[in-house]
Amino acid sequence: MDKALRRNLPIFVLPTLAAFIIGFLGPFFMGLWLSFCKFTTVQDATFVGFTNYVRAFSDMTFLGSLGFTALFAITSLVLINVIAFALAMALTQKFAGTNIFRTIFFMPNLIGGIVLGYIWQLIINGVLAHFNAALAIDAKFGFWGLIVLVCWQQIGYMMIIYIAGLQTIPGDVKEAADMDGASGRNRLFRVTVPMMMPSITICTFLTITNGFKLFDQNLALTNGEPARSTEMLALNIFNTFYGRVGFEGVGQAKAVLFFILVVVIALIQLRITREKEVQQ
Amino acid sequence: MSAKRTKRGVASLLLAVASIVYVSPLFIILFNSFKSKTYINLSPFSLPTKETFAGWENYLVGINNYGFLQSVGWTLIITVGSVFAILLFCSMFAWFITRTKAWYSRVLYLLCIFSMVVPFQMVMFTLSKTADTLNLNTPWGIIIVYLGFGAGLAVFLFSGFVKSIPLEVEEAATIDGCGPLSTFFRVVLPIMQPTYITVGILQTMWIWNDFLLPYLVLDQKHYKTISMTVQMMRGSFGRVDMGAIMACLVMAVIPMIIFYLAAQKHIIEGVAAGAVKG
Repeated sequence: MDKALRRNLPIFVLPTLAAFIIGFLGPFFMGLWLSFCKFTTVQDATFVGFTNYVRAFSDMTFLGSLGFTALFAITSLVLINVIAFALAMALTQKFAGTNIFRTIFFMPNLIGGIVLGYIWQLIINGVLAHFNAALAIDAKFGFWGLIVLVCWQQIGYMMIIYIAGLQTIPGDVKEAADMDGASGRNRLFRVTVPMMMPSITICTFLTITNGFKLFDQNLALTNGEPARSTEMLALNIFNTFYGRVGFEGVGQAKAVLFFILVVVIALIQLRITREKEVQQ
Repeated sequence: MSAKRTKRGVASLLLAVASIVYVSPLFIILFNSFKSKTYINLSPFSLPTKETFAGWENYLVGINNYGFLQSVGWTLIITVGSVFAILLFCSMFAWFITRTKAWYSRVLYLLCIFSMVVPFQMVMFTLSKTADTLNLNTPWGIIIVYLGFGAGLAVFLFSGFVKSIPLEVEEAATIDGCGPLSTFFRVVLPIMQPTYITVGILQTMWIWNDFLLPYLVLDQKHYKTISMTVQMMRGSFGRVDMGAIMACLVMAVIPMIIFYLAAQKHIIEGVAAGAVKG
């Protein structure tokens, strides 16, 4: 069968492979090469070595957005996961309306980032107006505004993953814990959480990478204001590319650094949580 | 026992309040969309009154002046076309690379996994230039871009499922005289139905709402998606029509809510299934 299948390689593999090369592989390697070049279009590139990387690191807005993004990603990671986990615990109990609550908490996830950004811009500015303030006045409003927004968007999604995880914990494990007289607190931290580590791995992975890659919500809610102080990494890279002519190389170098950062964080995160997973 | 019942009642009540707070942003944009534009920023939390009520005016402005319905049409074409292409071609691709033991199968699989971690900013500039050069800046051309960029997750999920199909089923089909193509379409494809639903839902949620990729790839003079239209209403110079924006936000949210309510069970199962494999 292997042989007969291989003879059909063009039909099975070529459409996806061609699109994969056009849509991902080609642009990826071209981008890697261009980060070492000076260019305004792809055709006029000249090799300049590490110049773009040096300029990227001497750009204060880039370092500022790195700090802002890291703080944001960690804050959102903690808040989203704690609240989603608590909701999942509550909604796997037996009481009236759990299905409706699940439906409602998941719903914001289907709304796009741009639309979410403008919905919350109206609401947050409406609240701040009572205190004579606005999103564009102080970076801390933008920061917490973005946190509220991503919590609203992602808590339901993570909650669904945690509920699926909770439902796989065998009933006899819980019974055994009860028999041994485990307190509620011990039951949570000694039994439920260790059994849930696979779900926790996935959810923390998703929330931290989502946090670092956030773009649409940032563009729509604050657009970096005031004075680029709420600009996150992805938006900073976008503005470097398209904000000023002559900075395309710097933008591409920042994009490569961003890519490496995301991969390193993903690997560290997987390592930390995978170690804590227990065999069932 | 009654203490437990009271506890549950309290929990129900607390969650009911939380749910109402949770959906309130949607109701706020809904009633603001019926207020005339000058009153929206002044008092976003008050319901429309006789004085501030604008009827369907904001909706008509959104549709006539900003071409909102056209952008719904383009978004629909792009989403349906891309999801169909991804489901068909990526499932064939995934079956092939999982069932053949060639060196390149392994390489292709690893490349797909790798592409899932790479942030869009890494390829955004070169991808938009490539798409321009190859004339992929139309709603039909962008389907190829989505097939390429969406392949990672789709191939990963499909090949995870293929590994769980017993080889005997396919071998029986081969003995009965099926070639690889008819084995795939008559035997493998029907078995993989749950994975098609999972992948279809995850990709629909992504492509329908995507902003930056179509913004950079599409020829904006002729084609705009919903996210692009909303962003341009706000971002373009000149006066900002808050009324039309509210109406367009409502019109952008409604199709997704209908999709959600119609396919809710599949969406929630799809998300859970997609995550467990991740």
